[in-house]
Amino acid sequence: MANGLNPIAFLTRTRRPGRIDITDILSWVWLIGGTLIVLIPVVWAGLSSLKPAAEITRFPPSLLPHAAVQKSVPGFEQPLSLWNVTIDGQQKQMAMVRRIGLKAQMVDPDKPGPPISVDVKEMTQVQRLTVATENFTDPLTRFDFLTFLKNSVFVTVVATLMTLIVNALAAFALSKYKFRGEKAIFLLIISTLMIPLTVIMVPAYLVVVGVGLVDNLWGIIIPTVASPTGVFLLRQYMLTIPDELIEAARVDAASEFRIFWRIVLPLTAPALAVLAIFSVLWRWNDFLWPLIVLSSRDHFTLQVGLNSFQGEFSVQWNYILAMTFLSLAPVTVVFLFLQKYITTGIAGTGMK
Amino acid sequence: MGDLKLTNLNKAYGALAVLHDINLTIEDGEFVVFVGPSGCGKSTLLRVIAGLEDITSGGIDMSGRDVRQLSPAERKIAMVFQSYALYPHMSVRKNLAFGLENLRFKREEIESRIAEAARMLAIEPYLERKPRQLSGGQRQRVAIGRAIVREPDIFLFDEPLSNLDAALRVQTRAEITKLHRDIKTTMIYVTHDQVEAMTMADKIVVLNAGRIEQVGSPLDLFDHPRNLFVAGFLGSPRMNIFKGKVVSRSAEGVVIDLGYAQYLTAKVDPSSVSDGQPVLAGVRPAHFKVSSQGLPFIVQYYESLGTETYVYGTLEGQSEQVIIHQPGHFAPQVGERLTIAPAEGRLHVFDPQTSLAVPNFGEVRRVA
Amino acid sequence: MAARSISSLGDRLLDGVMSIVEAPINGFERLMGRKRMPYLFLAPNLVLFGIFTFLPIAIAVGYAFTGGTGLFVTERPFVGFDNFRQLLSCENYLEPGSCKESLFWTAIWNTLWFVSFNVTATLLVALTTALILNRAIAGRGFFRAMFFYPVLLSPVVIGLIWKWFLDRNGLLNAFLQMLGVPPEIFLLEVGWSRFFVVVVSVWCHMGFYTLILLAGLQAIPKDLYEAASIDAASPRRTLFRITLPLLAPNLLVVLILLMIRSVQIFDEAWVLTNGGGPGTANSFIVQYIYQMAFGSDLRLFGLASAASVLMGLVLLCLTLVQLKLGKKMES
Repeated sequence: MANGLNPIAFLTRTRRPGRIDITDILSWVWLIGGTLIVLIPVVWAGLSSLKPAAEITRFPPSLLPHAAVQKSVPGFEQPLSLWNVTIDGQQKQMAMVRRIGLKAQMVDPDKPGPPISVDVKEMTQVQRLTVATENFTDPLTRFDFLTFLKNSVFVTVVATLMTLIVNALAAFALSKYKFRGEKAIFLLIISTLMIPLTVIMVPAYLVVVGVGLVDNLWGIIIPTVASPTGVFLLRQYMLTIPDELIEAARVDAASEFRIFWRIVLPLTAPALAVLAIFSVLWRWNDFLWPLIVLSSRDHFTLQVGLNSFQGEFSVQWNYILAMTFLSLAPVTVVFLFLQKYITTGIAGTGMK
Repeated sequence: MGDLKLTNLNKAYGALAVLHDINLTIEDGEFVVFVGPSGCGKSTLLRVIAGLEDITSGGIDMSGRDVRQLSPAERKIAMVFQSYALYPHMSVRKNLAFGLENLRFKREEIESRIAEAARMLAIEPYLERKPRQLSGGQRQRVAIGRAIVREPDIFLFDEPLSNLDAALRVQTRAEITKLHRDIKTTMIYVTHDQVEAMTMADKIVVLNAGRIEQVGSPLDLFDHPRNLFVAGFLGSPRMNIFKGKVVSRSAEGVVIDLGYAQYLTAKVDPSSVSDGQPVLAGVRPAHFKVSSQGLPFIVQYYESLGTETYVYGTLEGQSEQVIIHQPGHFAPQVGERLTIAPAEGRLHVFDPQTSLAVPNFGEVRRVA
Repeated sequence: MAARSISSLGDRLLDGVMSIVEAPINGFERLMGRKRMPYLFLAPNLVLFGIFTFLPIAIAVGYAFTGGTGLFVTERPFVGFDNFRQLLSCENYLEPGSCKESLFWTAIWNTLWFVSFNVTATLLVALTTALILNRAIAGRGFFRAMFFYPVLLSPVVIGLIWKWFLDRNGLLNAFLQMLGVPPEIFLLEVGWSRFFVVVVSVWCHMGFYTLILLAGLQAIPKDLYEAASIDAASPRRTLFRITLPLLAPNLLVVLILLMIRSVQIFDEAWVLTNGGGPGTANSFIVQYIYQMAFGSDLRLFGLASAASVLMGLVLLCLTLVQLKLGKKMES
């Protein structure tokens, strides 16, 4: 225990069974603290997205989504809000007609008579746990959210399928054939790994304009289909498929393309799955490139649309957060089910 | 039909030549074994015949047609690979069907051929299993079955038994031989195991460093090796080779001086050697007999296998090891001096310059 | 049974589709021979690479030397090094206001500060987390997944979630109020906004680097630690003499990757700070390029390309350093 508080000791000690020392405690503090820091902003946004518009900006905020209880009272057109009021030392539920300064005018909702004036200090609002489903339904029905969603799904699905096919074909050629220029082509493809989009986004945009795909979903699908990461990942995997299998298929009268899709493709399934997961995540989350290429609302993807919403409803956080949640949900579900695949895939390939 | 003719065939990878001027004729229905040490080009030759590798020059004709431009399937061959190369994601049935589907056979025809092959190879219970659920021997059968359903003109086997354990190897060897007897299709079989070659082949092709050393029936090769390589490669333990010199020639034969006053008389054509010419004399261990006359042999140690005995030693005064093989129980003393003599007609003489065998009396020098 | 017949129906459907697809490809094979097939298989990939990667690289360099607002080369006058002169002429490089293109230099300084803080913070947090996760600790898989989760979120989602968390009426201010600290509009204050851009960046990327470092730690043979403990090495010596030296190649990869990616900071900061605010406090280099080229009606493609080329050169240098050091480490 002499160096129990030494941070280095704390970082390197391995736990011994039956002996808990300070390093274990600090480790747990770090891990649990970190988990909270990861979770709190997300969960907070999630809880907030369930709150009605009137509640969301209340400060200090309540943890769970509440809404004021309202009741229609005979003689009043609008429903009135219910309050717990103490009158003559008696607890009573009253409906508020209006509020003037520090006084509020209340009526008994069951026996509406002339309004009684009540000190605002003596009253608390009656609230009930409510989920503001309109935060989710409104964007789906009134705004363009459904269009954005449709565009994002289209881009993600089509681009992922194309990414798998185009890169698997290239990886097949680069792993199972010997031909002139093989090495040069492989190096050429791999060298583009080092060229980030941000460096070529201006000329890439010009090319997209040149081929007439600007403000078009295909303009964000096609340019990123050929992926050096994808080629590399698939090629390394295909190299492990024995060449004798390919030869056996040739003896079995299979055409080269048939060898590809009946033999090599099924055997590459694990690597294809990893690439598919990544491709889905890349496409679903992609922001800068769609932001540049897409200009009309009809073509916005979810991310671009979400970004444009926050400019428009700068105060309507209830909508923004609800839509944020809708776009985050699929990623979270994918992660929950494929967590192992994703983390081992990243550790194995160093890609992101 | 399944006959094959290779003429002046050459194959090189860049500057590295792997097959030199191969000429070979294989008759329809023959079981031919390519044998040789690893790296001798036997697998390359098989793959060239299969159409999996291009050739640099020369001709390949099957049943009279030039197949150089044809794909493996068009050559009507089927192949059993060393690793079996079963498609791991397909059931046994699908493995067997794949080639036939590619050739657009009718469903019923495919089914009946699979049923026939499965019956012949006793793999019916496994048809719905994946290859990884099978034992080595079962995989081997499926690999053969995949070749059978194609009903090819020529079967090609690339060291198919090398992944099996010893007992299974003997059994499968017999089964392949039986299969050949049953279907009578040409088979070409590559192995580095001379026992497989000797037991299975109608015709053995011995290859070394990309060249054919000798072609012939197993016993022909065993009894009349054309050169030192074939003599040493076939037969286990290896043939004993003695350095010597021709001292006299007569109608009786040629007398060879092995040094230390030890002589052997070989029944070779006296006109094919000259006096004083250095020669190599070869005798297989089994062809030495213990007799009253002959070479003095000092026993170093021996190995008794019960049915036979190998005795290791040297010729008196010499240091090179000599092995002799005796049937049954034989228990010499270590250090004992025996007299040994080659059996009648079992002494081979080679010219060290050309490595070629010197022909026996009345024998024409054999050409490969 | 039903499921089986549906799946076999699906198989047959796929077979049908594929037999249509494969017909022309097999035709090509019969016509051109097996040896030319790899070229056909590579063709789609190479065409796409050529058009959308190699062509842009060529254009980027060319456009940096042109001016005007036209889109296509023919509409753009050649201006030589004018764009670079515009970007680089400065009376005092430490004082962005004195530069001709003050926005560019503000962006550069902002980026430099961001890179230095972000790289340090991310590296420390990721290394600490990886070292802890490498201990035999219960629930390791859970924590690893937890720390990794933000890596998968989109930058827009991350920006919005944090913006709400840091809002005037957000949870952080509520918490501070409980402690008696007056609320603060964090994202409208220069110092705080810069601080939180780094926090958010660490928050959403550290999981990735933790994973790489953890993989490196787990590759260190266990018997080294056993030998060290038999040699009675102190934990401090074990860390500095065994763990860190053996982790060095991974640390280096992480360091360079972090630098390369930090230089390109854009999206989550853009959403979080409403486009680099307050003022230009969080305006970074990629944002500068984006705004010059697409952000206004000006469409200064020449200037943006020149800035891209400069950034590309910096990234290239970093990559080359990585490759060089990587080779050295290997040998």
